[in-house]
Amino acid sequence: MQSALVVVIMSFIVFSGVFLVGDPVEILVSDDADQEEREMMIKSMGLDKPFLVQYGIFISKAIKGDLGDSFVFQEPALLLILDRMPATMELAIVALLIAIIFGIPLGVWAGLKPESLASKSIMTGSILGFSLPTFWVGIMMILLFAVMLGWLPSTGRGDVQIILGMPISIFSWDGFSHVLMPAVNLALFKLSMVIRLARAGTREVLHQDYIKFARAKGLKETRIILIHVMKNILIPVVTVLGLEFGGLVAFSVVTETVFAWPGMGKLLIDSIGLLDRPIIVAYLMIIVFLFVLINLLVDICYSILDPRVRLQDIKS
Amino acid sequence: MPLSESPTIEVKDLKTYFFTKGGIAKAVDGVSFSVGRGKVLGLVGESGSGKTVTGFSILGLVDEPGRIVGGEILYRGENLVSASPDRMRELRGVNISMIFQDPMMTLNPVLRIDTQMIEAVLAHESISKDDARQRARDVLGQVGIASPDERLRSYPHQFSGGMRQRVAIAIALLNKPDLIVADEPTTALDVTIQGQILYEVQKLCSQTGTALIWITHDLSVVAGLADDICVMYAGRIVEQGSVNSVLDKPMHPYTNGLISSVPSRNKRGVPLAQIPGMAPSLLKLPKGCSFGPRCAQFSDACDSIPDISNYENGRQIRCHNPLDKGTILRVMD
Amino acid sequence: MTTVENNMEPEEKGYEGVQTPLRRFLSDFCEAKLAVVGFFTILAIALLAIMAPFIAPTDPYDLATVSVLDSRLAPGEAMMNGTIAHLGTDGAGRDMVSAMIYGLRISLGVGIGSGLIAMLIGISFGLLSAYAGGKIDSIFMRIVDIQLSFPAILVALVLLVTLGKGVDKTIIALVVVQWAYYARTIRGTALVERRREYIESAVCLGLSKNRIMFRHLLPNCLAPMIVVGTMQIAHAISLEATLSFLGLGMPQTEPSLGRLISNGFEYILSGKYWISVYPGIALLVTIVSINLVGDRLRDVLNPRLQK
Repeated sequence: MQSALVVVIMSFIVFSGVFLVGDPVEILVSDDADQEEREMMIKSMGLDKPFLVQYGIFISKAIKGDLGDSFVFQEPALLLILDRMPATMELAIVALLIAIIFGIPLGVWAGLKPESLASKSIMTGSILGFSLPTFWVGIMMILLFAVMLGWLPSTGRGDVQIILGMPISIFSWDGFSHVLMPAVNLALFKLSMVIRLARAGTREVLHQDYIKFARAKGLKETRIILIHVMKNILIPVVTVLGLEFGGLVAFSVVTETVFAWPGMGKLLIDSIGLLDRPIIVAYLMIIVFLFVLINLLVDICYSILDPRVRLQDIKS
Repeated sequence: MPLSESPTIEVKDLKTYFFTKGGIAKAVDGVSFSVGRGKVLGLVGESGSGKTVTGFSILGLVDEPGRIVGGEILYRGENLVSASPDRMRELRGVNISMIFQDPMMTLNPVLRIDTQMIEAVLAHESISKDDARQRARDVLGQVGIASPDERLRSYPHQFSGGMRQRVAIAIALLNKPDLIVADEPTTALDVTIQGQILYEVQKLCSQTGTALIWITHDLSVVAGLADDICVMYAGRIVEQGSVNSVLDKPMHPYTNGLISSVPSRNKRGVPLAQIPGMAPSLLKLPKGCSFGPRCAQFSDACDSIPDISNYENGRQIRCHNPLDKGTILRVMD
Repeated sequence: MTTVENNMEPEEKGYEGVQTPLRRFLSDFCEAKLAVVGFFTILAIALLAIMAPFIAPTDPYDLATVSVLDSRLAPGEAMMNGTIAHLGTDGAGRDMVSAMIYGLRISLGVGIGSGLIAMLIGISFGLLSAYAGGKIDSIFMRIVDIQLSFPAILVALVLLVTLGKGVDKTIIALVVVQWAYYARTIRGTALVERRREYIESAVCLGLSKNRIMFRHLLPNCLAPMIVVGTMQIAHAISLEATLSFLGLGMPQTEPSLGRLISNGFEYILSGKYWISVYPGIALLVTIVSINLVGDRLRDVLNPRLQK
């Protein structure tokens, strides 16, 4: 219920925000067009109607899945974005996996031995990961690995295979070499976050009585860490990561621009440059929808991981 | 202690210090005692007197910045202080187990009871999971948990405090240990539950011959449960002996103060006796006898740390001015 | 207790003397050497930014002196007017050193300015929310929740698409993005502090609501504000750079560090690295220093970690 409300409110905010964006007609109409041509253009795009009417038309169409046609491409905006979506999703998922696979072990390690040199390096590194602006790291990666070393391609997506009806690139070497740099770039910030969360969680859990009790049971240290500590820290990490997946998708705008990755973020930036309103609106609506969906999914995951939440749900 | 049977655990001059930023805290400073098969030792003291650290020292679970810096802990003749971490792990949970103070904190909230019980069995024995579960079920039944099968599939938060402590006790009993260190296991519980648990533990110890170290600040619990008693103050044992002789005729002024502070021992209407002052910080122990500044018997002699004096019936007192001057048999050190 | 003094362990000697909260804070803070380095770096950078017109070799805004003929000079080459461009020149022929110092000025100004305004707004709303409770609280916090569930970059992007380019617009966008963090933090702290006895007693004394809120509640909520504030300023600087890189935010005529990096991006593939690399390093050093200090502040000011 609340989720639906959020979608409606956001649609209004997004639409009214974008409504204020400069006049698209100026850009679309050729310089030598006369007044008549101009007005026809305005009429055909529905820009002559009052704001609220435009919003009403937008909503009634949106419910049917029609978010308008792109001014530039003359195609449905929704389709254009959905077409670019798999590329963005692939990038975001690979980045998320990188953040989890490297972040949790590093964070737990730093939490177990907070005084060791390795842990201090990990933590300083994570501050660096937090601080480095994504786009600059991306540029530096291109400079180092593509321009100077020539190991990895600097732009584009490479070979794409159709798997389950979706174009995916990580399963071929060419595709993988293309996805590697942007994914690492996108993952860097979340990686630092996972490290910090996992470290903080580990340090907190380690001091709990139940860990000492587990030791008193004579359990092996590996089991204590892998089962007793891990399961407890996974709860906050999964929650935050889940919520941050939307952030990854949003932040891919930057990474896609740097690496010319043909995803929906790149489409958004291009459309902003061209003042292609329907695409901007459609992108934002899809993002809003995605966020609401993610929130729901995280709640479900959370209750699977944490038995205490499950009980509360049953009670209420 | 009869010579015919060697004690299950013998602690000799144990020293566990904490090396903190503010200095060295001598949490346990020269503690010696022993517990025989089937016997119950009550380790009594205020919070911060080092009784819990003594317990953790026996299990080799002293956390940083704490370290055992001296003495011996002989478990059936094997010195645990010099044992390897692996050897300690083998002993923990099988030969020596521990029950913690706060039942709400001792069970991992995100793991089911069966997981937490079965893993304790499988860590030490290679038997099938089903056998381990079977044993977990039986022990749960032993400690008085109804429908153990169903309970095994629950999570800790579905249990009350008393039930959780029973589960914790069941886990401690799973591998039939020779020695259980129980750190104030009933303090956080209601009086009625406390009574039930005390009864069960006592029964189990006498049945199986398990030695028990019962750490508490509650003299009334010790009175009903223990065979021997050690009173700790600021990291040292100030008085030890059999429960009856110590409680009936305390010789150390601190023990006497503790006993008089128990409300039931005082007459109605008469102001409750109390020990003046507060337990000293381990970082700033007074010179000489640690109890000196709070002691009514304080004399110039107390500027030096008193040695342990042996009295009849195996009683030992660390005091320059004991309340009831018996015959000193021997002065140690 | 004189006996206590006599029995002091040698290790405790350093703990004699009076421990004022400030002294203790400083000694705790200085334990992490990196944080101290960070602090002095920030001081140096701030000084550089403030003194920009006096330090910079050339004025990158002065179109009369900037010449396209100087464009993309490698580090160390001499410009038309004889000045040596130690870090090279950019595509428009601006001396990189000067452009960076001025860019730092803009980046820092926008970051700190937006951070402070956002803090003021956040504190007002957060305190009000905590103090008023009830409907006002739930409405404010719902707004905060919804806003925080969307990534800052996206919100700022939409705002700047709508508003256009410019220093003022960038600051507005950054304030909108940040205020909610402050509001939530201070509300959380204030709710805890509100239940303390000193607030009770202030209420009992019949003090006015405003007085209680600003003179009693606020000072006790400042520690987490300082921590969030440092981190947010670093975040704002980074965000501004990112937005400028995407072609939003700062205009070409007033290049911030982000804009400079963005300008250099097109020359990266041809190996003219300096236009992007050097402003990037300046940006990086600034943000890392602020974060190092913020990180340490959080550890020192966090009552949960205090021994």
